[in-house]
Amino acid sequence: MLIQTMTSLGIPELIAQLIYALLVAFLCVNFIAVYAGVISVVERRVAAKMQSRVGPNRVGPQGSLQWLADGIKLILKEDLIPDGADHFLFKLAPFLMAMGVAGTFAVIPWGPANSAASDMNVGILYLISITSLVVIASLMAGWASNNKWSLIGGMRSAAMIVSYEIPVALGLLPAILIAGSLNMGDLVSAQGWAPWDWIAFNNPFALLGFLLFVTGSVAESNRTPFDLTEAESELVAGYATEYSGFRFAVYTLAEFANTWVVGAVCAAVFLGAGQLPPLLEGSIPLSVAVFVGKTMFMVFVLMWFRWTLPRFRIDQMMEFSWKYMLPLSLVAFLGQAVYFLWTWESEVARIMVSHLMVLVFLGLFFYFLSRTMVNFKHQAVAVNSYKTEIDYLERMGILKPVEAVVVAEEEEGKE
Amino acid sequence: MLLQFGIAFAVIGFMAAFIGLNLVVAKLLSPSNPSAGKSVPYDCGEAPVGVGYRQYNLRFYLVALVFVIFDVEIAFMYPVTAIFKDLTLEGWGGLAFAEILIFVAILTAGFVYSWKEGGLDWVREQIGAVKGAK
Repeated sequence: MLIQTMTSLGIPELIAQLIYALLVAFLCVNFIAVYAGVISVVERRVAAKMQSRVGPNRVGPQGSLQWLADGIKLILKEDLIPDGADHFLFKLAPFLMAMGVAGTFAVIPWGPANSAASDMNVGILYLISITSLVVIASLMAGWASNNKWSLIGGMRSAAMIVSYEIPVALGLLPAILIAGSLNMGDLVSAQGWAPWDWIAFNNPFALLGFLLFVTGSVAESNRTPFDLTEAESELVAGYATEYSGFRFAVYTLAEFANTWVVGAVCAAVFLGAGQLPPLLEGSIPLSVAVFVGKTMFMVFVLMWFRWTLPRFRIDQMMEFSWKYMLPLSLVAFLGQAVYFLWTWESEVARIMVSHLMVLVFLGLFFYFLSRTMVNFKHQAVAVNSYKTEIDYLERMGILKPVEAVVVAEEEEGKE
Repeated sequence: MLLQFGIAFAVIGFMAAFIGLNLVVAKLLSPSNPSAGKSVPYDCGEAPVGVGYRQYNLRFYLVALVFVIFDVEIAFMYPVTAIFKDLTLEGWGGLAFAEILIFVAILTAGFVYSWKEGGLDWVREQIGAVKGAK
């Protein structure tokens, strides 16, 4: 659209396309930088809530400017490169890491179908392959640092991302099969606004693919319970141990930008993207809002995983990928193909299955909610009985109640 | 199509430029007082023993080998999956599925072999000890 306007103004088409590409790229990169900053604060606040802490709340209202303070601090920090490090690889690794994550933003839609920056016909394959740059970057960082922690972290990271890349890629296959295309826009428009029109609830195999994709993506973005690469208690900071200053900030930026990638791909491929009901169709802001809502929900789920689950052991993690997720992903793919062969002629069967899936999922969700409510009640009892440490000490008679002391002092003053 | 890939390339390039620019700014603003103590690789505060570049465990290599095979499989599987719907609508679904099944079966045979031989076991008796090799 913008290109057409420019060509009608007399600008040559090639230059118009170049301007368009640069403009889109500029917007994408700025979005990544701001999103990664904001979500880092949000994650810390959410984590604090989950652990009954306060979290960063000093810089700006409710700590909302903390990310700017962090960024400025990291830019102003001295940039150290350890003795004996491979300078070229050491400096190259953060670039590759961020470029691998940024590349995916080109094909991620932002709401309606065909709203991605680049409407590539092999969109999802491109997305899978460009993420592989991250493996090289983490290996490179681990190897170049001349540090044993970094080396172990980099090796683990490479082994882990490589293992989980296969279930992730195979988990996407059911969705591709249903849409019959590798294009992100086609994947979005293959879905409807209602949950039973989403690919995730199309049939049991697609749901299996979705679950495999989410689990594998958590591992690929190096987040707990799969954060063995930067397990603080074991490996200091993994492959980023020797990095400081802005180079370190790049790793954090890539990690947090990755949460958007995972959330947005889940939302776009499996959860109906920004599709709206027929009455509201065509409203772009609403569609974007729906899409961002779904994405942020998935990002919240990732945070939820991170702060409630303990870390795996390395052998458990590798076994989980190769011995459970890989066979399951093959089952999901072949099952989807059989299901499609059986039901492509009968619309009724497909509608029944998808509605049943939604019902089953809702049932599981409410069961989960009821169990959680029980936990909340227990917690409320525990918290209310001793609100604070001081309250506890007062009840135990170790500390005098504050009011009593104040009253006593006032009475002394009167006399 | 050139434009679509051009946009992807521009996004990647812009990210690199963004980092490069910030690194230049950091270089201008940040202090630089190198000292012998600061640039020692971190080894829990002790003087590091030997270098960081060490020989590493073979099991990572085995995992990487299996990964390469499966990654190639994915590269073959994506195009077939993308046109599977069209093939089914044209009546070739059964044949396409049979071909996929043969491909996956061969691959699964290799996968099962590697599993049985202990190529996927993380913890082994000793490094390089594969069950069949006794």
